[in-house]
Amino acid sequence: MGQTISGAEALILSLIAEGVDTTFGYPGGAIIPVFDVLYDYRDKIHNILARHEQGAIHSAQGFARVSGRTGVVIATSGPAATNLITGLGDAKMDSTPLVVISGQVGAAALGSDAFQETDVLGITQPLSKWSYQIRNAEDIPWAVARAFYIANNGRPGPVVLDLAKNAQNQKIEWTGYRQCNYIRSYNPYPDVPKKLLLEAADIINDAKRPFILAGNGVTISGAEKDLAALAEKADIPVATTLLGLSCISSNHRLNKGMIGMHGNVACNIATTNCDVLIAIGMRFSDRVTGDIARFAPQAKVIHIDIDKSEIDKTIPATVGINGDARTTLQQLLPFIRTAHHDDWIRSFDDDWELEREKIINKEINPDDGVITMGQVVNKVTEATGNQAVLVTDVGQNQMQAARYFRYTRPRSIITSGGQGTMGFGLPAAIGAKIAAPDRTVCLFAGDGGLQMTIEELGVILQYNVDVKIILLNNNFLGMVRQWQELFYNERYSETPLVNPNFVMIANAYGIPAENVETPDQLDEAVERMVKHDGAYLLNVNINPSELVYPMVPSGSVLDNILLSKTEKYIKKQKTDYDKL
Amino acid sequence: MTNYNTLYTVTVFSENRVGIIHKLSIIYTRRKINIETISASPSSIKGVSKITVTAYCSKDDIIKIVQQIENIIEVLKAFYYTDDEIVYQEIALYKVPTIKLLEEPNLESIIRKHNARILEITHEYTIVEKTGHYDETEALFYEFNKYGIRQFARSGRVAVTRSPLEYVTMYLDNEEKNRRPTEIWNSRE
Repeated sequence: MGQTISGAEALILSLIAEGVDTTFGYPGGAIIPVFDVLYDYRDKIHNILARHEQGAIHSAQGFARVSGRTGVVIATSGPAATNLITGLGDAKMDSTPLVVISGQVGAAALGSDAFQETDVLGITQPLSKWSYQIRNAEDIPWAVARAFYIANNGRPGPVVLDLAKNAQNQKIEWTGYRQCNYIRSYNPYPDVPKKLLLEAADIINDAKRPFILAGNGVTISGAEKDLAALAEKADIPVATTLLGLSCISSNHRLNKGMIGMHGNVACNIATTNCDVLIAIGMRFSDRVTGDIARFAPQAKVIHIDIDKSEIDKTIPATVGINGDARTTLQQLLPFIRTAHHDDWIRSFDDDWELEREKIINKEINPDDGVITMGQVVNKVTEATGNQAVLVTDVGQNQMQAARYFRYTRPRSIITSGGQGTMGFGLPAAIGAKIAAPDRTVCLFAGDGGLQMTIEELGVILQYNVDVKIILLNNNFLGMVRQWQELFYNERYSETPLVNPNFVMIANAYGIPAENVETPDQLDEAVERMVKHDGAYLLNVNINPSELVYPMVPSGSVLDNILLSKTEKYIKKQKTDYDKL
Repeated sequence: MTNYNTLYTVTVFSENRVGIIHKLSIIYTRRKINIETISASPSSIKGVSKITVTAYCSKDDIIKIVQQIENIIEVLKAFYYTDDEIVYQEIALYKVPTIKLLEEPNLESIIRKHNARILEITHEYTIVEKTGHYDETEALFYEFNKYGIRQFARSGRVAVTRSPLEYVTMYLDNEEKNRRPTEIWNSRE
C-alpha cells in the first residue's frame, strides 16, 4: 500500500509530519534533490533563503528561541557545512533546539576528497547534541524522528543530519512516519527523588536570606509561573542570568535584576550575603560567577538543572537536583512553607539606589549633549510598551540593551550568551520575527557585529521582514575598546573602525533608515521607527568613550565592582546582614 | 592542587554505532588528557558495546568526563574506577625466534613462572600468550627480550567490577518501562 518516493521527498514528508512549516536554507550541489522536492511542497514548507549559511543557522536559532519550536536548517555540503559551525557552537552553548540538515557527497565518494566533501560528522560532533550520517534513504524517517526528539527534549541542542546525495535520490516505499518518543540510552526527563525535594525544601524553609538565580532553563521548560510561585510563596528575591532575563517580569516586586559581569550591583552583592542560593536552569557560567573559588562560599547551594553534567561542574551543590525546571518546581512547591523575608528583600534597596545614582540615571538621562546606549534602549523599550522581543548582537550593545530593556512577556530576549557570537543579532532577529509575526522585534547591534552578517539585510528585502534595527554606532569595537581602556593602558589596538554609510546600505536593501546624531533627534526617530510598518534602521551616533558599568573585572570576585573608571563599590560590613 | 597521578578506568556501555569512540575521545582531548589504553568490544547485552578506557587524571576531571560521556546520546551508562575497585586484565602476545627458545635451559620454568602459554611453534618463531596486569606482561617482555622479540602486541585493559550489582542491566530494565507505542502519521495525502 506504500507509495514509491525519493529519499528527498521522504525527508520533506518527515519534516511536515514534525509540524515544520518554515526552514532556513541555502541550496547547493549536494542538496539540490531536497530543494527540488521542496518546490512541490512550497505551500506547506516555506523556506527562507539566507544570504550565507551562518545567517541561516542564526535565523533558525532566533526562530527557535522566541517560539520554543525546533529550528530547521537545510544547507549543502563542504563550505556550507563549515559555515554552519559557528551557529552550531552557539546553539549548543545556549541550549537551542535545531535540526541541521547538510547535504553530503554520495556514499560511494565518501572519504575520497570528492568535490565539496567535508567530514561533517567529525567536525560537528563536539558542537552538536547528536549527529548522524544518512547513507540510505530507508533511514531518513527514522533519523529525522530521532533528530527532532533529541533536539527538543531534555536540555535542547543542535542535531546534525548529514544526508548523502545518493540517499536523497534513492527510491523507497513510503509507509508513513513514526515520531520518536523513546530512546533507551537517553532519558531526557529524569525523575527527581522525593528525598532530594525534601532536602531542598528543608534548606529553603530554614533560610534567612534565600536568593534565586534563574536562567535559560526556566524559559526553555516554560517554568515562568512556577518560578514566580516559588518566589512569592517563600518570599525570595530573584536575579536572572543574561539568558534568563525575561523569565520573570521586570515589574515583579521580587525581580532584583541581572547577575554577572555587567549585572546589577545589588544582585552581585546578594550572592555574597545570601545564606541559600537556589539556582534554577542555569549553569554558573564564568561571566556569572566571576572567581568560582570565592563565589558564594557562605551559601548552601540548591542547583536544579536538566543536564546532569552541569550539577557540580563549577559550583558544588549542597543539593543537586537533576530534573526539568518546571516539573521540579511544581513538585517542590507543596513542601515550601510560606515565609517573609522583608528585611532581606529591603537590603537590596541601598545598592539599587547607589546604582541608580552612580550609573543608571546618568546613562538614561545624560546631560552632556551625547547620546548614550542606555538612553536609546530606554527610549525604545518605552516606545514599544515594554512588550517587544529584544535581540542583540554581542558586546557593549548587548550588555546595555540587556540592562536597560524591560521585559514583561516570556521569551523576550534573544542573545548569544555562551559563545558571544558577533554577527548573531541580525539573522537571529529575522528568525524571531518570522516565528513571532505578532510581536515587535528590536535588534540592538554594534557597528562591528552588524557588519559580520550584514548580507542578511537581503532576507529582510526579499521577505519583507519587519525588524527594527537600532545600530549603536561608536565606530569602534566597543567592548574590546573598553577592556583596552581599563586594562591595557588605553592602547586601542585594531579596535577603531572606518565605517560605511549605513543609511545608504539599508536604503540599498529597500529599508528606510535615518541617522540620529544628537539627543534631540532621538525621541522622534524612535517614534518614526516604531510606527513604521516594516523594517527600519536607526544609525545612532554613540560616543566611543561610553563604557558599560557596573563591571566586575574578568576572573574577579563578584563584590569587586567598578562603578566608574575611578570608583569601586565599597561593601558594607557583613554584620549588617547577619542581623537579618 | 589537581592531582594527575591517579590512573582511572572508565567503562562505557554504549549502543554499537558509528562514531562513539570519536565522541568519547574528544571529551578527553579537550582537557588534554592522554588515553593510556582503550578497548572496545560487544558486551554481554546484545547490541551494546563495552568500551574500557584508562587515563591518568584528577578525580575532579574524571567525574566531569564521565558525566559528559553519559551525555552522548548513544551511551547507556558510564562509570569510573580506581584499580582497587575492579578486577582487570590485559593480554600480550610475544613472537620470539624458536631457535633461541630451544637454547634456553629454563624455558619451562619461565613459562610456568609467568603463567604463559604457547600458541604456535614453527621453525622460525614461537608465539607466546600472557594475560595479566601491565607490570606482569612487561616482566615477561624483559625475560624474552634477551632472545630478541620479533613482534609484540598488548591489548588495552578489560575490567569487571567488584560490585555485586549490575547497574547497566538495572538501568536498561528501568528504561524499558518508559517505552510507549507510537502512532504512524502519513503526511502524504
